[in-house]
Amino acid sequence: MSAIAVERPRERYVEGVKRGTGRVALFVVVLGSLWGLWEGYRSLWIHQGWTWPFVVDNTTMPHIHDIFAALGRPSQTGGPLLGTLLWHAALFTAKEAAVGFALGAVVGFALGVLPAHSKLAQRGLLPYVVASQTVPILAIAPIVVIYLGSLQVTAWVSVAVIAAYLTFFPVTISTLRGLTSADRRALELMRSYATGPWQVLWKLRVPSALPYIFTALKVSATASVVGAIIGEAPSSIQNGLGGEIVVFNQYYTLDPTKLWATNVVAALLGIIFFLVVVVAEKLVVRRAPEHVA
Amino acid sequence: MSVVDVSGVSKTFTGGTNALQGIELTIEPGEFVSLIGPSGCGKSTLLRIMGDLIEPSSGDVVVNGKTARRARIDRDYGIVFQDPVLYDWRTVAKNIALPLELAGWDRRRRAARIRDMLNLVELNGFADHHPWQLSGGMQQRVSIARALSFDPALLLMDEPFGALDEMTRERLNNQLLEIWARSGSTVVFVTHSIAEAVFLSTRVVIMSPRPGRISSVIPNDLPQPRTAATREEPRFFELVTQVRDALHLGADVDRQPEAAEARL
Repeated sequence: MSAIAVERPRERYVEGVKRGTGRVALFVVVLGSLWGLWEGYRSLWIHQGWTWPFVVDNTTMPHIHDIFAALGRPSQTGGPLLGTLLWHAALFTAKEAAVGFALGAVVGFALGVLPAHSKLAQRGLLPYVVASQTVPILAIAPIVVIYLGSLQVTAWVSVAVIAAYLTFFPVTISTLRGLTSADRRALELMRSYATGPWQVLWKLRVPSALPYIFTALKVSATASVVGAIIGEAPSSIQNGLGGEIVVFNQYYTLDPTKLWATNVVAALLGIIFFLVVVVAEKLVVRRAPEHVA
Repeated sequence: MSVVDVSGVSKTFTGGTNALQGIELTIEPGEFVSLIGPSGCGKSTLLRIMGDLIEPSSGDVVVNGKTARRARIDRDYGIVFQDPVLYDWRTVAKNIALPLELAGWDRRRRAARIRDMLNLVELNGFADHHPWQLSGGMQQRVSIARALSFDPALLLMDEPFGALDEMTRERLNNQLLEIWARSGSTVVFVTHSIAEAVFLSTRVVIMSPRPGRISSVIPNDLPQPRTAATREEPRFFELVTQVRDALHLGADVDRQPEAAEARL
């Protein structure tokens, strides 16, 4: 009945550095390969004059280094650098997405808790939760903008609400699944302590659900960025990444690199959101290794 | 006043399995009663009925002069399952403190009790470990500490050592008797193991299946305190034989198909 061998801190540190270096190396290799594939495909198609599935030239597939170089050039004559412009746009969209994500997470969690406690709520509520996701966001967005606009709410809040609309669903479904995943005997144990439903929720069901909820939050984190970008168009918001995408779309044939650069920035924003959730999960979820994704 | 008084208890599960029929059992304070019998004899069901985890189809259970439900609400039970059922997001100390938290003990009182309990189950130094960092036997000791932490009048144990290897099991048996002697609580102990039942109990209740019922009760006069040496005494072997014979007698009474077997 010996305790498991406790690793010494020094060994653990060395182990961690090794693993970290390995990850960075893998990341660089994959990134390099993708870069090589893009450029290789491009030069092969242009060289051979192949036109299937589409014509390859500087408009359809600009050089990757051109895309990054575009960040360092003025966005328009006399304007700020594209990189500066997109930095501010990304901050603006990040604000919308973060508020939308938080709102969606809270609403999504609440909508998951209710049905977990009552079969009636589950039957009555869930169909509408599911139906809400089948309505195209493009149809919902203008309605949200008009409603909230008539209440004198700042435009970006409407965008946050639209982002929340895309965010809450995975959280609801996973919360529901997670809350009902609590071990049957653990529930019996709670019963033997004569525990009230509220305490069972916070001391047993929610901790059991956390791995599920965090999986959903990872999906929602990136969805909230997409939701914010999409929501900017019907709200006529110019200061975010969505606004820039609309503008650079119109000038695509003139200079495709600006739209590509904007896409890269949008993707980075999504990845940052994802990573924030991953870090939060590491800090919050203390489960046996088999319960952690 | 007896701690447990079971009278006329029957249990039929939906689906028609007759898990228990006409159970009569009285348990006095300080007793250590084992329920033993083959799979499907309803011993776990009887334990669960005593603990108000399930309700009997008919009959009454009185615990400390109260209904089983009232006793559960008054937190008269400590329960230990076959699996430790520890919350893996809590440390050992916090697992032990769970029932105390729920009962509203303040932090200082909880800390003092955690120390006592870790002492009792000999897990000093493991307070801040998480359950998955412990061996199966250690996890089960945490689970026992948790069950005893709030001084329940009645400790219900459902094959607590069934998943452990023989050596660990015997050592935990010895420790359990020490804990029992010190805590003075009453124990109902479900087991498959004849030797375990004889070593631990003051009384062995033998059950037989289809329908689940008590076929005989064997008082155990092995002197206390019992130690590893007790297992070598002739009287120990006599009692083991007596329990084994009684079990076979019960099993021979009916030879119906195995249909009901899987229920429990």
